[in-house]
Formats: sequence, structure tokens, C-alpha cells
Amino acid sequence: MPRQTIVIDPVTRIEGHSKISLHLDEEGHVEEAYFHVTQFRGFEKFCEGRPFYEMPSLMARICGICPVSHLIASAKACDAILAVRIPEGAVRLRKVLNLAQILQSHALSFFYLSVPDLLLGMDSDPATRNVFGVMETNPAMARDGVRLRQFGQQIIEWLAGKRIHPAWVVPGGVSSPLTAENRDRILAGIPEALAIATRALDWFKTEIERFREEIRCFANFPTLFMGLVGDDGTLEHYSGKLRFLDAGGHVVADYADTSYPDYLAEIAHPWSYLKTSFYKPLGYPDGVYRVGPLARLNVIDGISTPRASQEWAEFRELDRGAVLSSFYYHYARLIEIVYALEKIEQLLHDSDALDSNVRAHASVNNSEGIGVSEAPRGTLMHHYKVDRDGLITWANLIIATGHNNAAMNRGVLQVARHFVHGNKLTEGMLNRVEAVIRCFDPCLSCSTHADGRLALEVELRSHQGELVDVCRTR
Amino acid sequence: MSARAPIRVKTLTIDGREVGAREDQTILEVARENNIFIPTLCNLPGLSNAGACRLCIVEVKGVNKLLPACVTRVAEGMEVTVNSERLAKFRRGILELVFAERNHVCSVCVTNGHCDLQNMALKLGMTHVHFPYQYPRMPVDASHERFVVDHNRCILCARCVRVCDEIEGAHTWDIMSRGVECRVITDLAQPWGKSESCTGCGKCVQVCPTGALSEKGKSVAEMSKRRQFLPYLTLMREGRR
Repeated sequence: MPRQTIVIDPVTRIEGHSKISLHLDEEGHVEEAYFHVTQFRGFEKFCEGRPFYEMPSLMARICGICPVSHLIASAKACDAILAVRIPEGAVRLRKVLNLAQILQSHALSFFYLSVPDLLLGMDSDPATRNVFGVMETNPAMARDGVRLRQFGQQIIEWLAGKRIHPAWVVPGGVSSPLTAENRDRILAGIPEALAIATRALDWFKTEIERFREEIRCFANFPTLFMGLVGDDGTLEHYSGKLRFLDAGGHVVADYADTSYPDYLAEIAHPWSYLKTSFYKPLGYPDGVYRVGPLARLNVIDGISTPRASQEWAEFRELDRGAVLSSFYYHYARLIEIVYALEKIEQLLHDSDALDSNVRAHASVNNSEGIGVSEAPRGTLMHHYKVDRDGLITWANLIIATGHNNAAMNRGVLQVARHFVHGNKLTEGMLNRVEAVIRCFDPCLSCSTHADGRLALEVELRSHQGELVDVCRTR
Repeated sequence: MSARAPIRVKTLTIDGREVGAREDQTILEVARENNIFIPTLCNLPGLSNAGACRLCIVEVKGVNKLLPACVTRVAEGMEVTVNSERLAKFRRGILELVFAERNHVCSVCVTNGHCDLQNMALKLGMTHVHFPYQYPRMPVDASHERFVVDHNRCILCARCVRVCDEIEGAHTWDIMSRGVECRVITDLAQPWGKSESCTGCGKCVQVCPTGALSEKGKSVAEMSKRRQFLPYLTLMREGRR
């Protein structure tokens, strides 16, 4: 049997454009697997020459799902250029906004993109394995997902004026304080959202048993984990130190988030537009690490809110060291939703929640700034250099998906080796290859283009490039 | 006023409506007095008229070209059309050309939501730009301590030039070159921050219709222009004369 390449193009129910190619050897075993990100955005380049204070809003345009994450990281980089310590009130409101973003994005990832696999099954009919299929099979769950995401988006709107691409986060803080009316609206919605989150979490825990095989081979291997932790080691998404943890659950190091160039490096591969980052002291490929909900729950010492803390304790029982299977990203995501809701409530109950001092003013005092925050998908880094007038001369962005790139590639290989055999392909096999990518919830650009239909085309080619078999599912 | 030469009154029709006007008035002024809308961009009450944007073009019976209402004086018996399918089409075309000429990306502009150009596009029902975008590489001059000029967003209306010359009396701003090379300059094309004539009054920033001139540190959509000062200042000047 000749060597063959299987191409999954496009990968569906993820955010952005990508394809996967699997190379089979003469025996029909998967030899190599690649996750190709096929789009190019160029934000790092075309922001050059723009005034730095435009950057938060300019960078937010990278993504329609996580604009807030970019706003936050970018604004933090700009705060560093201003060299100001922003008012406490601004920090609090930015935190609430960031948590609302995590809440809505996690709800999207879980309910819209992954529940179809989890509820209907990896091998179910691709024509209905989508959010509409979920509506038919379990309308209450679909409603929960829509409601939860809506609430997250609603918080963003109440705080920042609009749901997508608000311009409210600015260098030095935020542009307006929170009103009492909006605070009360947010607080009033929390109990319902918490009930939904708890329901989803309970459901997921009962369903876990059905996915033993996926858990075993969905990017389940030792890697490092990276995530922000608060000064006391608790779960933190806005600021703190960056912690590296090894697979055994031991803290490798805690770093200042703003010194990432000392311990992180990036390489580019010819087969993808997505750069791959790695932990410098271990080099590439040994320095592979994962970020995102799973990594965050692995690196922390605890959670500061009661319900999420309980769930976290249970979660950490899954493995002796760090929780290694990327299938558990879903689990971690649900726990983070609970945390986000509880934390928003805590922050808004603060007696200074309506503080009107929310912005510091300054001009360019540093020629360089680094902003790091936790986005839904993991650690997000914005790094800018400016000239004396404050015009951007250089920018570097490391997004969560870049941190996860190496692990995703390895995960695709692991899943493909386990599920894809020989020259007879089934759609369910390939869906699992996509599903491992969905665990990481990669944000390849801006918004999901999956319309619910599985637009999958698989080609079987001999090593001379001869087409052996084509399989199209619509 | 009556002490000087007697002012003659002319009668004309605008869109079929009979109106009376002083002989020294422009079609635009008469239309505004009679609450007839003619779109404008470069015009700003209190400043002289430049006829730069051509958005106020109107049809005059017997004249085979379109005339800018802001610089065309009224005449006896003139029959002016300010609203027609043809004019609407040309005005949208002019706007589209303005948008295509430089990099007007509203979503990340400091004046998003407060912009005369954006508002005019909405008002005139411009839905698409049918011309290829030029994407010129235009500089941003942030050398001034308080203000920034972003040539990407400049529509060359010359409001800044006029307010600086006519109201502030500094004449820091001017226009350089022709065609696509054309741009506003400070002093003799020196960086704004180096300008010796600039008084830093900021009038140019406030009258600028777009995000071309803005206050430093204003984030996206934060730069709304304050123009209340202009009528008062012009009134004062006239009172002194």
C-alpha cells in the first residue's frame, strides 16, 4: 500500500480557518500529522506608525469573539508605555469586563461548538451534529447555552457600551465608571447564570464516563503548563505572575509576566501561518507547554470563590500531578464559568464598585510596553515599542493559540494514531481529529465560520500525489 | 449696514420655491435661510468659503455645468435645483471618492461617531464605495505636544487652514502639492511640534471634520469636536470692525 495523505479542510466548529493533514505510511498507519492555520492577518505589521493610544481598539478588531481580551492586554501594554499605575476602580472594572468575556466565550465554545459532539456523540450524523441538532435533542440545554452567552455579552454591553468591539478600555484605565443601574442589572442576572453553569457542570460530570477513550488519547501527554496566578497563587485572569508547572504538578518557576522574552521564544513552521512558542530553558520541542482553562486550573494553588473552589478540588483529583488530558479543557472551562460569575459578584459587591476615578492620564514615558492577561483560550501577550511621539514602531502579539500550537499538533497526531486506520475512512474518525482541536478552542482569527454544517473534504493521496479516494460530507 | 451702499434684493427659485435674497448672498446661504438642505463638508459658518469639497453642487437652469452652492452668488430669476436624482448620485460619488482616496477606517478612528464625513455618508445614503481604495501610505505627525495630524483621515477641506488664518491669525496651516500628493502642512512643511507660528490654540483640531486632527491621548471614538467658540469669535471680530 502506498503512502497517503489525508487532508481535513476546513476544520469546522472552531474560530478561524485551518486544515489538518495526516500522512499515512505504507501500512496505513498515521505517521505524521499537521495542523495548518491557513489564514494570515498581519496585525503586528500594519499597526506600525499608528499612535499607541489607538492600539486597544485597533487590536480588538483581531477578533469578534474575544475583542475584550485584546482590549485588556493591549491597554495594559499601553499603561506600561504611559508608565502609570491605573486607578483601583479601573482595575476592578477591567477585571469584571475580562471575566464577562471569559464567561461568554466559554459558553460559546462549550455549548455551541463542543456540546454537539458531547451530547449527540462523536459518530453521530454530521448533518445534525451541530447547535441545531442540540436544539432538537435537548432544547433546554441549547437554551442554557444561548442564555449564558447572552448574559456574558450583556455584561460587556452594560459596562462598555456595546457587546462587540467596545472602545471603553483605554490606555490609563477605562473611559467611564459603572452606573448603579448597570451594577444592579448585572448582579440580578448572576443567580440564573450560576444555575445554568452548575447544571452544565453536573451534566458534564455524569457524561464523562462515555468518553474514556477520548480522554485517554485527546492530547493526553506530559507537557508544561503556563498561566497567570495571583500573588497568593489563586486563579487570576487580569494580572499576576506567570507560572510554569510541569506534568508532575511541580512548580517550575514563577516569572514576572512582563519579562516573557526571557523565557519564551517563538518559531515559525513552513506549514502554518501560526507561530509556535516554547519554553526557552527546555528548547524546542521539549519546551512545549499548554495554556488556557486546563493549564490555569493546573498551575494554581486554589480558587478564591467558594463554589468554583469546591469544583476545583474535585477536578484536581482526576490526576495525581497535573491533569493531562486535553479532553478536560471542557471541564476546566465549565469550572471557570462558575468562577467568573462568582468573582464578578464579589467585585461588584465592593463598596467602591461605582468609583468615578477610573482613568489616569499621562503621555509617553516608556518606549516599550508589555501587557499580559488571561484570555478565554489562555495567556495573551501584547508587546509594543513606540517612538518619542508615541507612534508604534514594532509590535509582537503572542496569542493563546500560539502557546498551544505545539501541543495541538501533537494532540492531532495522538488522536489520529489512535482512531485513523488504514485506507478506509469514517467520518467519525476524522471528527475526533477535529474534536481534539476543539478542546483547545483555538481562536485562529476573529469569528467562527462554522454554520453548523460539516463542510469536510477528505482526500486520500498516494505518496506520488495520486488521488485514491475522496470523501465529502455536507 | 444701511449707511453703506444699498443692498439690492434678488428673487430666485430653489426647487421650484420662490425665495428672496440679498445680492451678496450665496445659493447656500439663501437655501439655509429657507431651511432647504444642501449637503456640505468644507463649509463651516464663521469661516470663508473654499469650495473645496464640491458636495454642495447644484443645478442652475441655463448653465450646463454643476455649480458649488457655497461660492455661487444668487442672481435675479435664477432657477436652482438642489435635490435631484442626478445630484444625489454625483454627491454620493464625490463622497465615495473621498473615502477611496485615503484610509478612512471608521471603526478604529478617534472621531468614530462624531465625524462630519461619516455623518454625511449616512445622511446621503452611501452604502458602498464603488471605486478601488487607494490605500496610500500617509504619515502621522505626532510631534506636537498636544495634538496629532493623521493625513490618512484628511479630506483636504482646508477648514484648518482657514480657521488658523482668519480667526487665530497665525496662518500655521497651508496646503502643499497637487493631486494625490496634496496635503496640509504646518509652517513650511515642518513637523507640527517644530512650528514656530503655531500658538497651540487647537482651533484647527476643533473645526476639523474628521479624525485627521485630534487631541493626543483621545482613544477610539473619544474625540468629539467642540465648535461653539466659532460663532462667538466671529461675532466679536465683526463687532470690533
